[in-house]
Amino acid sequence: MSEPEVFSAIRSDIENNDVVLFMKGTPVFPQCGFSNTVVQVLTYLGVPFKGVNVLETDELRHGIKEFSDWPTIPQLYVKGEFVGGCDIIREMFENGELREYLAAKGIEAEPAQQ
Amino acid sequence: MGVAETMRGMLETALAPEVLEISDQSAKHKGHAGARPEGETHFNVYIVSPAFDGKSRIERHRMVNKAVAELMDNPVHALAVKAQTPEEAAKG
Repeated sequence: MSEPEVFSAIRSDIENNDVVLFMKGTPVFPQCGFSNTVVQVLTYLGVPFKGVNVLETDELRHGIKEFSDWPTIPQLYVKGEFVGGCDIIREMFENGELREYLAAKGIEAEPAQQ
Repeated sequence: MGVAETMRGMLETALAPEVLEISDQSAKHKGHAGARPEGETHFNVYIVSPAFDGKSRIERHRMVNKAVAELMDNPVHALAVKAQTPEEAAKG
């Protein structure tokens, strides 16, 4: 059985961008509180990321869940690796693990200018 | 049976938790996409189980999601999960 076409687009996004957030809405206008939380965390840490709006197509909205074997959105990928959804990112952020994880992956994370 | 009770039964069967707290957050999401007028769409789950020993965060969430898969999307729209082992829970 061939994999859904949308998988190659997803794979291309996570291979060509160090940090990718599959989310509802855009980083500027998140359309879901859980997506917004992860945007806030990444912004706070000063991590550049690519936001992919899964609401743009049904294929992507369903495809990303299948691709990651993860039933919810948002989903964060770092260097091609699935890190988790909103709860995991928030928990890792709160205990300082996220910063260490990003540093270990070679991602520059600097607090945003106030 | 309510959604929360059904979810409790599924999680107890699958993961034999020592602690299981399910709270209905639906009122906070009223009018939001996925909310139903009758509620029971958004839940927080705190679960402590020895089944999580040696499992990564992602694996733990997958175990929880798998246990309640039948409820996901409909009627449950969102599930926030905190999953700990008994040792982690004891540390607070």
